[in-house]
Amino acid sequence: MTAHETPGFWRHYVFSTDHKMIAKQYYFTALVMAVFAAVWSMLIRLQLALPGHTWPFLSKLFPGLYQEGVLLPERYLSLVTMHGTVMIFFVISLALVSSFGNFVIPLQVGARDMAYPFLNMLSYWTVVPACLLMLGSFFAPDGAAGSGWTAYPPLSALSEAAPGSGLGQTLWILAMALWIASFTMGGLNFITTILNLRARGMSMRRMPLATWTFFIASVIGILCFPALTAAAIMLLLDRVGATSFFLPSGLVVAGQLLSYRGGGGSPLLFQHLFWFLGHPEVYVLVLPALGIAFDVLAAGARRPVYGYHTSIWALIVVAVLSMIVWGHHMFVSGMNPYVGEYFSIATVTITAPFAVLAMNMVGTLWRAEIRLNTALLYALAMIAAIGVGGIGGIFLATATSDIYLHNSYFVVGHFHLMIAVVTFFGIFAGTYHWFPKLFGRMLNEALGRLHFWLTVPAVIVGFVAMHLLGMAGEQRHLYDPTAYAFLQPVQWLNVFISVVLGVAAAAQFVFLGNLFYSMFFGAPASENPWEATTLEWTTPSPAPHGNWPGEVPTVYCEPYEYRTGDDPHGYRSQATPGAKPPAAEPLPQAAR
Amino acid sequence: MSAPRRQTPEILALIGLFVAITAFTVGAFAYRQWMPPAASAHGVGVDGVINYLLRATGPILILGALVLVWFLWRYGRARPTAPPTSNPRLELWGSIVPVIVMMAVTEVGVVVKGLPVWEQIYAEPPANAVVVEVTGQQFEWIVRYPGPDGVFGRVRPEFVDQSTNPAGLDTSDATARDDIVIRNQIHVPLGQPVYIRLRGRDVLHSFSIPAMRVKQDVVPGILTKALFVPTKLGRYEIACTQVCGMGHYKMHGALYVDSPSDYAAWLQHQTGWLQK
Repeated sequence: MTAHETPGFWRHYVFSTDHKMIAKQYYFTALVMAVFAAVWSMLIRLQLALPGHTWPFLSKLFPGLYQEGVLLPERYLSLVTMHGTVMIFFVISLALVSSFGNFVIPLQVGARDMAYPFLNMLSYWTVVPACLLMLGSFFAPDGAAGSGWTAYPPLSALSEAAPGSGLGQTLWILAMALWIASFTMGGLNFITTILNLRARGMSMRRMPLATWTFFIASVIGILCFPALTAAAIMLLLDRVGATSFFLPSGLVVAGQLLSYRGGGGSPLLFQHLFWFLGHPEVYVLVLPALGIAFDVLAAGARRPVYGYHTSIWALIVVAVLSMIVWGHHMFVSGMNPYVGEYFSIATVTITAPFAVLAMNMVGTLWRAEIRLNTALLYALAMIAAIGVGGIGGIFLATATSDIYLHNSYFVVGHFHLMIAVVTFFGIFAGTYHWFPKLFGRMLNEALGRLHFWLTVPAVIVGFVAMHLLGMAGEQRHLYDPTAYAFLQPVQWLNVFISVVLGVAAAAQFVFLGNLFYSMFFGAPASENPWEATTLEWTTPSPAPHGNWPGEVPTVYCEPYEYRTGDDPHGYRSQATPGAKPPAAEPLPQAAR
Repeated sequence: MSAPRRQTPEILALIGLFVAITAFTVGAFAYRQWMPPAASAHGVGVDGVINYLLRATGPILILGALVLVWFLWRYGRARPTAPPTSNPRLELWGSIVPVIVMMAVTEVGVVVKGLPVWEQIYAEPPANAVVVEVTGQQFEWIVRYPGPDGVFGRVRPEFVDQSTNPAGLDTSDATARDDIVIRNQIHVPLGQPVYIRLRGRDVLHSFSIPAMRVKQDVVPGILTKALFVPTKLGRYEIACTQVCGMGHYKMHGALYVDSPSDYAAWLQHQTGWLQK
């Protein structure tokens, strides 16, 4: 088979089937989408800090969003909706799962490429039109979708209900459908590669935790996305086919009885379907961040991951629990209160595996020999974010306290800590850690430190402060918080949060600068700059097409053998022969 | 072998960062009571759960931060370190103990502290409750009282007219004639249970009175309810907390908790919508 010859320009850079190139494509796509979503978040923060202020220059920059310098309330909702949707599905999912998963899995398990390279290419080229549809929906006649990232019907189902519930919402659903198709292809590829293409000796119990988390995340995704697919199809039919899956009879919108609707549907059905995916999706994002952090922590702390096996079990327990707790998003939805109480009891059990994971992350510093680098700094900061963010989750999982906190800024602060801060710290840790292997050059560590110190304190303080706003009763999706008298005394918090998060957003220019500068002018990277033990560090940087110039390595030991034996280097690569033989059962290695 | 000497200042800075984050978080919540004072009977219970969780989880956060900071201090500076040893037994207990602690803290919150209050919130309305019907629609709250006959008249969607008949009262139903209909204002007497029947007719809304610790989605096609006993006189803001379109932020109203005599007097002055 000649699959690993050097391909031409188109096959190399555009329609590539090489997992490393596809990983880069995903990464840069996510980067472009992140710039959009970050700009939208700043417009949102500007509005929340200074509602009623006029910004004539913004009218010139964004004529569709601003009128006479004032952000239109319906466009505010579009910005919030698109910021959430794009960040979750088109930035964090793509960068953390699709990009790093693609890059890391074959290199860590010892495969020459993904199991289905063509499917891999197809999954990327399916997400590109999804991105374009999503961005293009801003140019729909009455703007982009404005029903929140959860797109609850009837608001999302009835084009009569609001500006932003027109063509923009339809495009939103189509983009999401394409995205699900892409992510399913990617997930199948990840699972197959991990199960079938592991190198000789790479048993599941020798797999690095990063790959374990990509595996668990893919399994969760494959099992849960069909629910959202079904919901998306029904919602689309409600919109364009005048069906009533989610619409009861007798709806009166703006004084008009919708007599053309059959009715008989239930808005709650959509919420159940949505959250059956929506909650596990949180773990699809968070778990890979944790896995990356474990790899980085072990390499930086120069010791094996504390509780490697308990971590794997904890990940599996999270995956199982994630699928039976979705209703904690619906305590006040009108769902039966007995069911609500069940969901509350079940949800807080998730604190148990997360306590184990957090404990193991901290434990990995015990008897360590810490070697600070930017990747490790982000992994350490992630522990703090999980601590603060995870504890906030307990307040929302407890049904009785959620009655007060539901849909408040407490929720906004909480999920930003967990699925924005934790995941972005994972993306940054992964970028600083694997950049040498991706591009053959080192990222600048001094700029990395500047990026870290400008970003980390600001985002954590900013999102913790959002919890306080929520305690004071401020609800989310609020175009003008000063419309409520009881919120006026805490409006200063909104100003504070906007300033702090503005600093964090500006700091990302340092990251972008470092990324593009180092890609071309960074110091050349050696094969194993971090003296790490996993298989990706046994091949040149950048890894060649086919991943290893010679034979694929054989695996002889567990993934994190730092300072455990008498190896003169102080660490032992998984590919270094030693006392332990490779697993008794030789694992199949495809003839590639 | 030991950690590199030159990184000591950065380790100290990192310790400072973790101490500062923990101090900011704990301090901000301890600094003052951010919630508006609870003005309902079950609201005190809701606050009790929140305050229990704050008191129970705060020390866990501090403890975690102290361990992290200690490890950085001990293993981040240039000091010789014993090689790590693998001790599966210790690692297992290192999992079991946090699991037990977290399960205890959280399930006490849900079951012991939370469940009795949850039962109060979703109890069957008592016979002496003041019954009010609130319909959420873009972007206002239509409030209806049954009037002197104590019976809510029939409403039908085809009768809804924004200006002449916002509640959609059925003109052919005799019990509907004395129904009192007002916009965005609810009056209730102090100390008596209030049972609010919530209806929706367009999109989702959520009926929230922060001071009463009341929040319940308004769902077209389903009759949802809110039950509370106001314990303080005054005017309290009603908010919509489920995004419902461009006017969402303006969808607010007011709850007036009157003394029983003031309430009776107010009710006396109201006339049925169809009798006007």
